[in-house]
Amino acid sequence: MPPLVQLKDCCKYFQVPAGTLHAVDHVNLSIKAGETLGVVGESGCGKSTLGRVILRLHEPTSGHIYFDGMDLTRFNEEEMRRMRREMQIIFQDPYASLNPRMTIAQIIGEPLEVNKLVSSRADQRKKVEALMEQVGLARRTYNLYPHEFDGGRRQRVVIARALAVNPRFIVCDEPVSALDVSVQAQVLNLLMELQSDLNLTYMFISHDLSVIHHISDNVAVMYLGQIVEQTSQTEIFRQPLHPYTKLLLSAIPNINPFQKMTRTLLKGELTSPINPGRSCRFASRCAYADDKCRTTNPCLEELEPGHFVACFRAKELAASYTSPV
Amino acid sequence: MTKLLEVENLHVHYITENECVQAVNGISFDLEAGETLGLVGETGAGKSTTALSIMQLVPDPPGLILDGSIRFKGQDLLQQSASQHRKLRGEGISMIFQDPMTALNPIMKVRDQLREVLLTHKKMSKAEADHRVVDILRQVGVQENRIDEYPHQFSGGMKQRVIIAMALLCEPDLLIADEPTTALDVTIQAQVLSLIKELQERYGMSMILITHDLAVVAETSERVAIMYAGQIVEEGSVKDVYNHCRHPYTHGLFGSTPNIHVETKRLTPIPGMTPNAAKLPSGCPLHPRCKFAQPICQTEIPPVKCVNRPGEVPHRFRCHFDPLADEAPRFVGEDI
Repeated sequence: MPPLVQLKDCCKYFQVPAGTLHAVDHVNLSIKAGETLGVVGESGCGKSTLGRVILRLHEPTSGHIYFDGMDLTRFNEEEMRRMRREMQIIFQDPYASLNPRMTIAQIIGEPLEVNKLVSSRADQRKKVEALMEQVGLARRTYNLYPHEFDGGRRQRVVIARALAVNPRFIVCDEPVSALDVSVQAQVLNLLMELQSDLNLTYMFISHDLSVIHHISDNVAVMYLGQIVEQTSQTEIFRQPLHPYTKLLLSAIPNINPFQKMTRTLLKGELTSPINPGRSCRFASRCAYADDKCRTTNPCLEELEPGHFVACFRAKELAASYTSPV
Repeated sequence: MTKLLEVENLHVHYITENECVQAVNGISFDLEAGETLGLVGETGAGKSTTALSIMQLVPDPPGLILDGSIRFKGQDLLQQSASQHRKLRGEGISMIFQDPMTALNPIMKVRDQLREVLLTHKKMSKAEADHRVVDILRQVGVQENRIDEYPHQFSGGMKQRVIIAMALLCEPDLLIADEPTTALDVTIQAQVLSLIKELQERYGMSMILITHDLAVVAETSERVAIMYAGQIVEEGSVKDVYNHCRHPYTHGLFGSTPNIHVETKRLTPIPGMTPNAAKLPSGCPLHPRCKFAQPICQTEIPPVKCVNRPGEVPHRFRCHFDPLADEAPRFVGEDI
């Protein structure tokens, strides 16, 4: 079966006073229907830009985006608008992504109206109430305003609004990062239930590796605009092959107080994504970088079946590695 | 031996015309020299108000410390004057705030901000102060050549290092770190936590680490106190509490936390939300969300119970019952 979403050599560059910012740089990825691809990386690595590029909320600088076999980059605005019924996005901050002057019913009803998915007022009310029930919002909150809700319930409104148009694919951009632990767990459970009920496909963007571990089928690790490693969830936590992924996993604090782990700390800070040059993006912080790494940027290669890594030395380093997980 | 810090029956409310927010409702804990206590809870549990009370920084009005005592090295802070408090802050107790982006003055060079602390608290010449500033920045890993830069020229992790340096300038006995790594990336978090631990050992400080992250506490603290609705609902050694928690709320927190070391199909959070501190439920504040709740939980505030293992710090929890007594240990096969 062909993948539902596929990116081929996608780039998004921003022109800034200091030069060209490579936010998304030659990204290839594919997501099968019904799957969750977790995209993980530190702030500024381009994961949110990537999510927006897929929906063409940012126009890609180059490359192709395929959805269900169709090349979205060839679509005109009107075609794209119709396409967005199939692909939705949930943003991080439920305080900023709801219009404070609209009621919950208006917010969830708007996409129905805009896309002419309802025949009458009564029909709209019925559909909105069904959506509210689906995401666990009480019917009595129908006429409330967003400020009367806490973060968790606002995020439920955002999810209901995304579901209104019956999408097949949802980009979840850090949907639980702003929420408290127990509310975060409730929203994660909801997203997973909806996925199995409606056969949704997710791209789940997060900086939190435990959340990524919990929700993803496949995981892509981003570093400075590029995917440096991509494989199944089990594989990436069991046997990470890229030095950056290894450091990222080793930095996760362990909740088990009986296990003391030795961890390797990542040296230095993120280098600039502006005019990044031709070296491996990670070379300046990598303990294993050699001359080749400092002059050539490695491509994503399939090192083991289904396990893609962008590192020249991944194979030789794999032998000497023991997983912290 | 006297404790470094003893908080007893502390009540802090925020009183406005419309409502009375009961932020902290009778919490007691103590801290010995050199010890680290993790204070865990969700938004609105009263963690930060507790910290501000110890610092004597609760905004008044609307904040009011209604009852209780806070003894630092045997002296009750609530009986002291404002000038004594000013002397205490920085020299005796220091605090690191959550958001490194807003905790520094944007129009002052890093050098001037740090030097100000020394010139206020210590009788030092500018040259001596400069010397000390360079020294402390080196210890937290900020290079000397950045001393005349402004905060906006630093990344989040570097700003947090500057803030840590500022908190340590006068070598306080107690450091309160309020979510010091929440705003940071996981790799930077690991750097900052290991830095704080290292400096704590070097200076022999005690620390209260406030966080919502159970894993951060497991990595850094010996003891833990879990807060809910302005009360400490469970307290004990990290090993005891994590391995066999006795309070349903603590149990719910663990059930809500995804763990990369365990495959879980579904998280098991407590249903519902943290209550509004202006309208706390009667009796046990958890009763509307608790699956073990009985009629008594709606009317009576639960007593503090204590389960002790010989040689360990007391493991206390606040519940009418002991519904989790027969739970299997979470991390080790047998009861340690």
